[in-house]
Amino acid sequence: MTAPFPTRALEEWRYADLDALQPVWEQLGEPERIAVLPGQSLEQVWLPSDDAVQVRRVSVSLGAGASLRLFALNAAEQYGRIELQVDLADGADFEFFAANIGTGLSTNEIVSNVRHLEPNAKSRQVVRSVLNGKAVGTYLGKIEVARDAQKTDAEQSVKAMLLDRGATANAKPELEIFADDVKCAHGATVGELDANQLFYLGSRGLPPAQARALLLEGFVMGLWDSASEPDAICEAARGALRSVVA
Amino acid sequence: MIEITNLHATVADKPILNGVSLHVPAGEVHAIMGPNGSGKSTLAYVLAGRPGYEVTEGSASFDGRDLIAMEPFERAAAGLFLGFQYPVEIPGVSYLQFLRESLNAQRRARGEAELSGAEFIKLARSQAALLGMDAEMLKRPVNVGFSGGEKKRAEMVQMGIMDPRFAILDETDSGLDIDALKAVGAGINSIMRKPDKGVLLITHYQRLLDYVRPDTVHVLQAGRIVRSGGPELAHELEREGYSEAAA
Repeated sequence: MTAPFPTRALEEWRYADLDALQPVWEQLGEPERIAVLPGQSLEQVWLPSDDAVQVRRVSVSLGAGASLRLFALNAAEQYGRIELQVDLADGADFEFFAANIGTGLSTNEIVSNVRHLEPNAKSRQVVRSVLNGKAVGTYLGKIEVARDAQKTDAEQSVKAMLLDRGATANAKPELEIFADDVKCAHGATVGELDANQLFYLGSRGLPPAQARALLLEGFVMGLWDSASEPDAICEAARGALRSVVA
Repeated sequence: MIEITNLHATVADKPILNGVSLHVPAGEVHAIMGPNGSGKSTLAYVLAGRPGYEVTEGSASFDGRDLIAMEPFERAAAGLFLGFQYPVEIPGVSYLQFLRESLNAQRRARGEAELSGAEFIKLARSQAALLGMDAEMLKRPVNVGFSGGEKKRAEMVQMGIMDPRFAILDETDSGLDIDALKAVGAGINSIMRKPDKGVLLITHYQRLLDYVRPDTVHVLQAGRIVRSGGPELAHELEREGYSEAAA
């Protein structure tokens, strides 16, 4: 990688753990490319590795009428970053379901830039973060709608659950729209576990730790509902949640 | 079975219960009636251990054990069940998983063997059938998209699965049509009408008591039991209203 090392002055690196990034920066190659041909469809599941620092940079292009569904778990022990550039042609359909799960001093972030270059394309991004300790979880999602990209339908849903006062969630949907007939919905919430739900589970016999784990599982596992092979990512997410709640 | 003595409780520093004394022996069903704001739901929540409901004086025991000192999950494991007036929705968590984990947590706490997946499904199906509820609904997230009546039926299915020794049913009859009311009444009788079990039935109306005959009816007013009597007291209340009957 010949690009200069980033600084936090750049918006897309503002919340990054640059100290963790430094040692691996030189080894990062060009972004991985995924091209889905017109009319084709593809589904991928991205699981975390065991590395303390994990950076995944992907450049996606969807041809006319193509569809891509991505499921991603971002749960690095020190620094995890998923960087996505997505270009959508006429009528393309992009769906992204991802979780940041972190504890300790970890930083896990998702930075996406979805470009609706032509009309009629759909994009949907759903991100859930569960953060304990002093962990940081970030979603920076930019959506660009080109001048001709009428009938664009773009959605971003971002929710974070903070289990400790020291944990931080950053959520920043950003829209740049140059067409006038588009639908761009975005919502972001940051919360704690619901006391009524905890009492309800407790009154049925669940000890507090188990009740919390069940509520968090519900919060995250809904992400994988539409996956055709959800087992691996369900298991990985359950494991990550266990280590975060412990 | 349940022994409540001079119980005082506050919610957000506001006194709600002002000296409730009540004894429900095994094998009996007691009804608590009373106007809005008299403290009926507060009594239910205090007995189940809801955070924010603080006991300031008096005691409540369950089979001789100090109820107030126990956490909500410990009370459940001891055999106490609260049927909620407003059952809580939990998106993303299926009823089956929730109930299986809950039941097995109770069984672990009592030193009993856990139920396997197959054993649990069989139990859940039979209890759903008893209450006339489609067992397929148990695959859905807890109470999400359930109508008011379906939520109350589901509470009773939960009670059947947990098989508690003592049930506090907080306005389980509100929001039920007449068929659902009959089904719920029959469910309560079949699950709880046993010599070693007891029920505290909190209700506004006499009609549920046509299906679940109480042994004793108490009138709660301003955080105190002001009158107790047999089943005929419920009819008198229905006829004459609380202010008249309690005078």
